[in-house]
Amino acid sequence: MPEAGAPLPEAPPSALRSRVVQGKVLRLMALATGLAVLALAHLSSLPWLAHGLALLLLALIYVGWRPALRREEGRLSEAARVLRPDAEFKLSTVLDALGAPTILTDRRGHIVHANAAALKAFPGLKQGHPVTFFIRAPAMLSGLEAVLGNDSEVRFELLDHIPVERSYDVLIRRLGGAPEVGHLAIGTAFAVIFMTETSAAKRIEAMRVDFVANASHELRTPLASILGFVETLQGPARDDATARRTFLGIMETQARRMARLIDDLLSLSKIEMSAHITPSAEIDLVAALRSVVDTLGGLAQDRAVALKLTLPEARSLVAGDRDELLRVFENLIENGIKYGQSGGVVEIGLTPVEDAVIGPALAITVRDFGPGIAAKHLPRLTERFYRADVSESRVMGGTGLGLSIVKHIVTRHRGRLGIASIPGDGATFTVTLPALTPK
Amino acid sequence: MTQHIVRTFDEELGLLSSKINQMGGIAEAMMVDALDALSKHDVSKARGVIERDAQLDALQHDIEELAVLVIARRQPMANDLRQIMGTIRIASDLERIGDLVKNIGKRVTVMEERFLSMRSLSGIQHMAHLVLGQVKTVVDSFAQNNAELARHVWLHDGEVDTLNNSLFRELLTYMMEDPRSITFATHLLFIAKNIERAGDHATNIAETVYFIETGQQLSGPRPKGDTAPYSLSAKDV
Repeated sequence: MPEAGAPLPEAPPSALRSRVVQGKVLRLMALATGLAVLALAHLSSLPWLAHGLALLLLALIYVGWRPALRREEGRLSEAARVLRPDAEFKLSTVLDALGAPTILTDRRGHIVHANAAALKAFPGLKQGHPVTFFIRAPAMLSGLEAVLGNDSEVRFELLDHIPVERSYDVLIRRLGGAPEVGHLAIGTAFAVIFMTETSAAKRIEAMRVDFVANASHELRTPLASILGFVETLQGPARDDATARRTFLGIMETQARRMARLIDDLLSLSKIEMSAHITPSAEIDLVAALRSVVDTLGGLAQDRAVALKLTLPEARSLVAGDRDELLRVFENLIENGIKYGQSGGVVEIGLTPVEDAVIGPALAITVRDFGPGIAAKHLPRLTERFYRADVSESRVMGGTGLGLSIVKHIVTRHRGRLGIASIPGDGATFTVTLPALTPK
Repeated sequence: MTQHIVRTFDEELGLLSSKINQMGGIAEAMMVDALDALSKHDVSKARGVIERDAQLDALQHDIEELAVLVIARRQPMANDLRQIMGTIRIASDLERIGDLVKNIGKRVTVMEERFLSMRSLSGIQHMAHLVLGQVKTVVDSFAQNNAELARHVWLHDGEVDTLNNSLFRELLTYMMEDPRSITFATHLLFIAKNIERAGDHATNIAETVYFIETGQQLSGPRPKGDTAPYSLSAKDV
């Protein structure tokens, strides 16, 4: 008989269970035989002695078998205790410590446990629901079907596009000791889905292609203009001092534009590279906004624009990347100053909101009172190199990438960028970021 | 979902939901592939998209058959009936999305590559990404029984419409500048229209999901195309 705290019994629980069942059946059969003997003795009117013997037999069978059964049953419940709650608790703790998204499913493909990394990568995952309700890619569906059917292991590539492009190498494997499908209770771990993220490698490739395409297209214009002026300076305008001064001035502007463009392209690529990683540092938006407004004070004064800041007293925390968020506010406020100059004032506000999709969030609004933006441009402002007014953008020294950078940073922070404008009445840019509740 | 006395009834309802999810997954993947095929002019990928539409048709057929069986056998009432009728409607919307995406695939196979310019495609891609987000979010809202999420999708359809208008103007300009691009630009116009229609079906699904969950019709003012605040988010793009 196993003592309390004894090591795992040698027989697996399923074998123990069948032994208990066997014991019960045998006992029933013996009882039936005893009863039959009794009835026979009674019918054939044998002496009372036979009755007594049969009764004695029955009693013996009943008393003798009970402890044996009890013993088996005890071992069974002991085995169940060792394998079930404790083991599962330890398993989930270990799984949570893994860096790679890992999901345990039962034999129907419903989630038994999704580890912390999996919840971070796919926030919807809920225990007890089918995995395919949350990760719907056909590859996942067919892979899971194969393992729940006959295969012991399946590997495939999973591509996810919303909210950001991500790719995973996925391995689904039937758990080592998992018995035949039919015998396993619903809700018991049957297979494990293990994902290795491969987004970074894919991104490097995509970035290279994009960079070459964008850069060559956009750099050609200023370069052509510089070359044109160089030729003029070498030829007809060789000895014309005034023309030389003007041309060199234009060439400088163009060269600076190219430099800015390259800077913007590089930072855009950098942000895109890390788009699949959600930033996690604790950032106080109140302090961040103040510091941006301080930096842009000079520019605002030059252009006779007043910056009106309305901030809450308390710290307003989000999980983010400080440099990137500063860049967002800088771009938006600078745009407000430049394009909303005629309005004379740019209002900057920060309010806590409850968002249907994001949940508790902080909304940062930058409102200018300039000419506003026509509706047809609104949805396209964040496209790379899209300009509402090409000539004005050039005059302002824009590269056509500012809002694209803003959008990418906000998306990376799992937030939202909203742009609303009524022509003639200025524009409002709203950045909504998931709020961080202070610990 | 509350449990029923007959467990197989629950199982049948679960099967219906999981088939909708399967359709959603296929529709999303088809859309991604179609756009990829368009931007890289990958004709074999486009053919793959066209072939995959048959899977959606088959699934829709399965769903309708199963739904009719369940109605006949279980005589469902109230929210069960809403759930089943809703499933049929969502299946047909998803099937329509599949058809529209298949059409994009067909156009890619006949388009001339030489007019493929980065600029006009970026608008289409932007719009497709937006609609893909709508489709994904609305199928999520169905899987998670989340009426609020469905409402969110319903509210944000205006963005797609505005984008479509803007693309129309842009493509028109290209056609006027260079008549040789007319064939190509017309294909792109139809592709944009298809994407926009797919977005409309996503809104229809949102209405159905909202009805399943609450028993109410989604109503009230909805920001329409031209005045809609434009927004982009991690979750709804």
